[in-house]
Amino acid sequence: APCQPLKVEILDAKTREKLCFLDKVEPQATIAEIKNLFTKTHPQWYPARQSLRLDPKGKSLKDEDVLQKLPVGTTATLYFRDLGAQISWVTVFLTEYAGPLFIYLLFYFRVPFIYGHKYDFTSSRHTVVHLACICHSFHYIKRLLETLFVHRFSHGTMPLRNIFKNCTYYWGFAAWMAYYINHPLYTPPTYGAQQVKLALAIFVICQLGNFSIHMALRDLRPAGSKTRKIPYPTKNPFTWLFLLVSCPNYTYEVGSWIGFAIMTQCLPVALFSLVGFTQMTIWAKGKHRSYLKEFRDYPPLRMPIIPFLL
Amino acid sequence: MGRLTEAAAAGGGASAARSAGPPPAPLPLSSTSPGCAAAMASSEEDGTNGGASEASEEREAVGKRRRLGLLATIWLTFYNIAMTAGWLVLAIAMVRFYMEKGTHKGLYKSIQKTLKFFQTFALLEIVHCLIGIVPTSVLVAGVQVSSRIFMVWLVTHSIKPIQNEESVVLFLVAWTVTEITRYSFYTFSLLDHLPYFIKWARYNFFIILYPVGVAGELLTIYAALPYVKKTGMFSIRLPNKYNVSFDYYYFLLITMASYIPCEYVSVSTLM
Repeated sequence: APCQPLKVEILDAKTREKLCFLDKVEPQATIAEIKNLFTKTHPQWYPARQSLRLDPKGKSLKDEDVLQKLPVGTTATLYFRDLGAQISWVTVFLTEYAGPLFIYLLFYFRVPFIYGHKYDFTSSRHTVVHLACICHSFHYIKRLLETLFVHRFSHGTMPLRNIFKNCTYYWGFAAWMAYYINHPLYTPPTYGAQQVKLALAIFVICQLGNFSIHMALRDLRPAGSKTRKIPYPTKNPFTWLFLLVSCPNYTYEVGSWIGFAIMTQCLPVALFSLVGFTQMTIWAKGKHRSYLKEFRDYPPLRMPIIPFLL
Repeated sequence: MGRLTEAAAAGGGASAARSAGPPPAPLPLSSTSPGCAAAMASSEEDGTNGGASEASEEREAVGKRRRLGLLATIWLTFYNIAMTAGWLVLAIAMVRFYMEKGTHKGLYKSIQKTLKFFQTFALLEIVHCLIGIVPTSVLVAGVQVSSRIFMVWLVTHSIKPIQNEESVVLFLVAWTVTEITRYSFYTFSLLDHLPYFIKWARYNFFIILYPVGVAGELLTIYAALPYVKKTGMFSIRLPNKYNVSFDYYYFLLITMASYIPCEYVSVSTLM
């Protein structure tokens, strides 16, 4: 009987306490709708912080899942777990990227109280320092614009504590790098203009590459949907890296920072690149694993982040 | 319900308090040297990290323990016995020195080789976590051992003028009692014959030992500050080719400051 309304009871996953009972729920109702109904009786738990599952220790059900299609009887028992305060991905990205943009400029313009007073608002005599400011600023402006106009996020929100963690990381490293690059005692690269030119080329190529990948990924997914497809190379040569890696956006990102490190010959930048590379490798491996699990026909030549190696 | 686990240092990382019926086999609890496991930890970009991961990790840990191979069991038993013995030797040497000399001056010098050997050997515990014969996370173990290595090699060994400070004895005593308790706990657990006293000691000594150890370490670092500032040791100044600088003096200050939040994290995960 497909049109008979179902009953839904929501229990706390840890205490098994009965939190909510919904009489007469349409079988075609989605989990998202049930979350909305649950919020009515428990307003402090807005939908983004609800995790509903069929088993207290099981996986979270997706918002799009339809009640009828789940293995439930006429009374569906769902277990609820509070995910904690949530914050939107867009908010986190904008905050964590705006910081470095602004902070770097404070150092570049040698705002008072950073370096000695005789250096306040002075300008570096090294071309590479100006170039570095342009590159760094461009990088984060690009990220901000991509957040606003390019990326299509799978999840709407993440735990609130992430914003503190992430901002500490991004803002902290930005300040650390900027301090040295814009320091009055900054030492330009050992191999001079040659080194700077080569590094700049690497940086620009990788920025273009990274952007190309972001656009390609965006085109994989129609607006408002959460579909997942295997990404493939397009006509854009920068996307041909998809032949060899699952996450070329990360590959290009690491490349950009390596370029920046060589250009500035600044150890903190190299360390930032290393830490970022480590994190992105973890993400890439995870993504690669999900691709393999989800798609039987996933191209076997591809590695997660470094062609043939990692 | 066991309230403590490996999260002596780190709030971060996978496990909070794992209850688990049998006394957790090698779950390190260092009652001193918290060392914050700050670390970025992933902002879970494509996060499907939900509550499920904790539970499944716990089950995985229990499974790992049950499947501990014969070789691993033999090795770990040997390792824990050896470490218990080592720290016992250290404790006895300290007591004897004090009884013979009546002073703590020169005590560090007399036991330093033994201390350095056994504390450095503990780096193996990170490997144990890496290869999975111990259910602790590598991060937690790493942070704990690192903070000890830091204290031994980068402070006490390197800054000779403070070696006769009372605070050194303070943390040495705390470490010694902690480690003897901890390693004997692991040993007996592995042999499946855990005397109640050891179990009790493991879960209760830290209440005293932890603050005592922290106090000893902080006071020692504090005593070292003037010498570090004067000599500029372990520091890099600008200008240099790699455009970096490091001031060990400020590093020590920051380390000292970090003891407070780290202690909070450690203790809150223990309770």
